[in-house]
Amino acid sequence: MNRTTPFALLTNSNALPWADVPEWPLLEFLRNVGTELDRGERLSSLFGVPEGGALRLVAVLAFDAGNTLAVARSQPFSGNFPSLTATHSQAHLFEREIWEQHGAVPENHPWLKAVRKDHGAGPAVGEFFRVDGREIHEVAVGPVHAGIIEPGHFRFQCAGEEVLHLEIALGFQHRGIEEALAGGPHRATVYQMETVAGDTTIAHATAYASALEALAGTEAPLRAQWLRAIALELERLANHTGDLGALAGDVAFLPTSSACGKIRGDFLNLTAMLCGNRFGRGLVRPGGCPRDGDPDRLGRLRERLETALAEVQQAAVWLWDAASVRTRFEHTGHLHAKQAAEVGLVGPAARACGLVRDVRFDHPSGWFRFAQVPVSVWPDGDVFARARVRWLEIQRSGEFLREQLDAAPDGKTLSSLPALAPNTLAVALVEGWRGEVCHVALTGTDGRLRRYKITDPSFHNWTGLALALRGQAISDFPVCNKSFNLSYCGFDL
Amino acid sequence: MFVHDTLLNRLKRGCETMAYPAGPAPALPDGHGGALRVEAAKCQAGCSACVAVCPTEAMTRPPRQPVALDLGRCIFCAECVKVCSAGAITQTGDHRMAVRRREDLKLGDAGKEQLRLAAALGEELRRLFGRSLKLRQVSAGGCAACEADTNVLGTIGWDLGRFGIQFVASPRHADGLLITGPVSKNMELALKKTYAAVPEPKIVIAVGLVRSLADRLSATPRSTMALPHCCPWTYSFPAVRPIR
Repeated sequence: MNRTTPFALLTNSNALPWADVPEWPLLEFLRNVGTELDRGERLSSLFGVPEGGALRLVAVLAFDAGNTLAVARSQPFSGNFPSLTATHSQAHLFEREIWEQHGAVPENHPWLKAVRKDHGAGPAVGEFFRVDGREIHEVAVGPVHAGIIEPGHFRFQCAGEEVLHLEIALGFQHRGIEEALAGGPHRATVYQMETVAGDTTIAHATAYASALEALAGTEAPLRAQWLRAIALELERLANHTGDLGALAGDVAFLPTSSACGKIRGDFLNLTAMLCGNRFGRGLVRPGGCPRDGDPDRLGRLRERLETALAEVQQAAVWLWDAASVRTRFEHTGHLHAKQAAEVGLVGPAARACGLVRDVRFDHPSGWFRFAQVPVSVWPDGDVFARARVRWLEIQRSGEFLREQLDAAPDGKTLSSLPALAPNTLAVALVEGWRGEVCHVALTGTDGRLRRYKITDPSFHNWTGLALALRGQAISDFPVCNKSFNLSYCGFDL
Repeated sequence: MFVHDTLLNRLKRGCETMAYPAGPAPALPDGHGGALRVEAAKCQAGCSACVAVCPTEAMTRPPRQPVALDLGRCIFCAECVKVCSAGAITQTGDHRMAVRRREDLKLGDAGKEQLRLAAALGEELRRLFGRSLKLRQVSAGGCAACEADTNVLGTIGWDLGRFGIQFVASPRHADGLLITGPVSKNMELALKKTYAAVPEPKIVIAVGLVRSLADRLSATPRSTMALPHCCPWTYSFPAVRPIR
């Protein structure tokens, strides 16, 4: 960092006393956040913390180039606040969420409506953006879709086949996870963290464990950090492989589709070798990992990993060789790097627009401090690029696992977690397979969780899908949607 | 080139669909444990260690009564197994967990140590659905893991289609629903409408943690409850907001 900022700086998976978080009057706070965003910094999270009858805003910014995180808070205020969204699109959903959770209206917000909750008329019911004109027709899809997939509502404004605008209304999976955390951690909390998004169990559980460990002023044993990294990359392999298969299926390319469906399961079974569960339930706990793998088990895991990697290699080669696939993937669902940066895209979707953005690289914590994974980037911003980045990441994760399985540190995997420090804020980022998982934990004077904010990568990326659809044929929606493959429950919380 | 490659590859690999149910079931991961067994008779007087560690209040022990486990709320974390010094709670390694009635998920009493596995459908439904069963899946407040593993059932390893079972796009083309998740409040209306759109006679299969789903839909005489699952241990999130 070779410039000054008024924000408090901290590195990933660390904590600082709440009193040390700079506190500014509301307008100055918003101005300072805006200034950093203008400099190209990224909004990881923006949320409210109730303070008596008033409200504070807290911002967590990611200074990716500086490999550091920046936090600040506003003084408590009552009533409304001027919206940042008109000038900084990254704030769009965060401000709607603040309004929904705390009632403070972001004034002049261009599209203020519910994020997840039912405001009387049912979820997703309300005004949708409409395009006028005699030739315009509207297509409504969901919440129940045609495939085996989570619920969400999509509202298309079309001129013939062409989509002029897509609005995505979610909230159907809303379970109230953040509310359930207040006063915690409770007995059920870690299980709830594992199911924020069930296909991202390791990433969310690791973010939660890291946040708690930071609050307790401790670190998981080294071997546990290693195990978490192994499991995180297995999670990425399984999901990326499944996505390549699903993308192939959407363009009727069945060889890769059927092969990847099976190989995805093979990767999930490797996670089950570590903890007994295909989705990694029970693998990560605050303080470490309850189960260790003996050398024999890890050896077998390594063998099966090689088989699965060889099979996915073959299935991917078919995909890239087929001209019919390329013509369907290329120039479909295109997004510019500028748009991606503006809406704050994360994960493979951002990297497929050429943005070099990866928590494992920019904000390494845990085992990733010692073992780096190269950032996989592709410049084109279309379905092809999003598929390609997944393939590059499959190869890099495979390589990482090969190296790291041979470099296991010794020692125990679980230590007991000391009491959480009172009045302390912790931030933990993890690069899940969809992108940045951000957990922010704040304790009260009693050392219990006072506020817990979860930002799933999907919270940033659904807007990217909506933009990618503009100017596309509506029949390309399925393949565009698969190319993002975002989480509904991770968004809905 | 891929046409040649893929055909050759398929020929070389042969049929990859598992023999189950004619042959043995694929082994559960060794850390999995399978179904739970509760022998309340073995409980020590005054002990409620399992109740204290249960994250979902599935394990209960009212004063002067034996311990009881409601699998409709259980997430199979097996914490209770670890703390039970009397060996009253164990895991059987069995993967089968489908039941027909809500009360068949309640374990503890003599004769009810394990869940009571579902019996076959009645004569009429078997005649109708026995060789062709079309299902519409509805996600309602789960974590997407059940959806992921339901998708796996369609892959070459499991090939659900060989039994005539298929997932169809519209409830109007379906013989029944497969519901995942404990039913979030925001999905209640959509679920009811989807259920209503399935023509009679119909069945309902609830996957994952269903809690009170049985009570919700069983008013219809034709509905059938089959509970956990296609995907052991991948339960949906216990509903933290009240689900009636």
